[in-house]
Amino acid sequence: MEIKVIVTILLGSIFINNYVLARMLGVCPFLGVLQKLDSAAVLGLAVVFFMTLTSFITYPIYKYVLAPNNISYLTTIAFIIVIGSLAQFMEMIIRKYCPPLFQALEIFPPLIVTNCAVLGAAVINISSGFAGPDVTLGMIKSVAQGFGGGVGFTLALIIMVGIRERLELADIPENLKGAPVTFLTAGLLALAFFGFSGLKI
Amino acid sequence: MKYGEVFTKGIWERNPQLVIGLALCPTLAVSTSVSNALWMMLATSFVLLGSNLLISSIRKIVPAHFRIPIFMTIIAAFVTVVDRLLSAYRPDVLHALGIFVPLIAVNCIILLRGEEFAQKNGMFASALDGIGMGIGFGLTITVLALVREILGANRLFGYVLIPGLEPAGVMILAPGAFFSIALMLWAVNALKSRRNRK
Repeated sequence: MEIKVIVTILLGSIFINNYVLARMLGVCPFLGVLQKLDSAAVLGLAVVFFMTLTSFITYPIYKYVLAPNNISYLTTIAFIIVIGSLAQFMEMIIRKYCPPLFQALEIFPPLIVTNCAVLGAAVINISSGFAGPDVTLGMIKSVAQGFGGGVGFTLALIIMVGIRERLELADIPENLKGAPVTFLTAGLLALAFFGFSGLKI
Repeated sequence: MKYGEVFTKGIWERNPQLVIGLALCPTLAVSTSVSNALWMMLATSFVLLGSNLLISSIRKIVPAHFRIPIFMTIIAAFVTVVDRLLSAYRPDVLHALGIFVPLIAVNCIILLRGEEFAQKNGMFASALDGIGMGIGFGLTITVLALVREILGANRLFGYVLIPGLEPAGVMILAPGAFFSIALMLWAVNALKSRRNRK
């Protein structure tokens, strides 16, 4: 029973409600910062890890600190502080123990913190009814949702960067180059992902 | 410094979405109807105004290496104010905008204005800059919403335009958002390059 629920959440957040192509969260890093497939994969992995971690931490904060004390209006501030300090903390750890990775990730910390997908995952977790009476299940569901959202983001990012690499060689009108053609491609991708909404689970 | 220029540059010269290329998530997601777009413009302008004023007023005492967390907290506080105001007076708007009200806090444009403008300029100029940027941001969403609501729902401000006409539903969904912003950016690029040629 629980397994089925978790698989549904995973499939839902990766394909049906894909963060970039259906929910339109995290569009900025999707757009133009990345040109290479491998750096897109690294950013994707960082986002998956970070979104899972954020879901893992923000859900108990809401459940045990904010909701029981009737201060759930502080959710936005609390989540922002948690995400900001987590990013800072991760940056410090990576810089200390894995300098080459830090070099590769140099521009990423700001990209991750101001990425709507991360805060979006935390907010979706508490607003979609996971905060039900069964606490452990709510926790697992939240983490699954965050993880699936990150994987969905990475999937969309990698497909997009792959297409952009091909587009470099294409002969497109001068004014359409850059952001406009990226958005046109994203629209076609979103149409394709729309097919998943017929999925019966 | 020319105050008029500070105010108007957000609307065209340095438009958040069309020129800088930021704040696209709320633009795409909220532009499903014109009334949503106008409410978003109001909310974001309020947050921009408040955060710019506060950041500008404390700019001399904020330690440089610790400024980002402070700015983020200030922005989140103003977002909470908007959230509370909406839930008190217009719960229907809060419901329609959904998770994009808390997500104003990670709207890159607000942090960018704090970093780029408010921490270097006085309070009056920062306030003007905030309002101008908010209006520029909101106008882009509104234009996009006009196109999408008319084509995708055959409505304007909720009123049916041509009775009996089946609207192109895809325009109201995610693909329509991507297509319409692509065409809008294309038009802006074409306008700019034509102006440069003259």
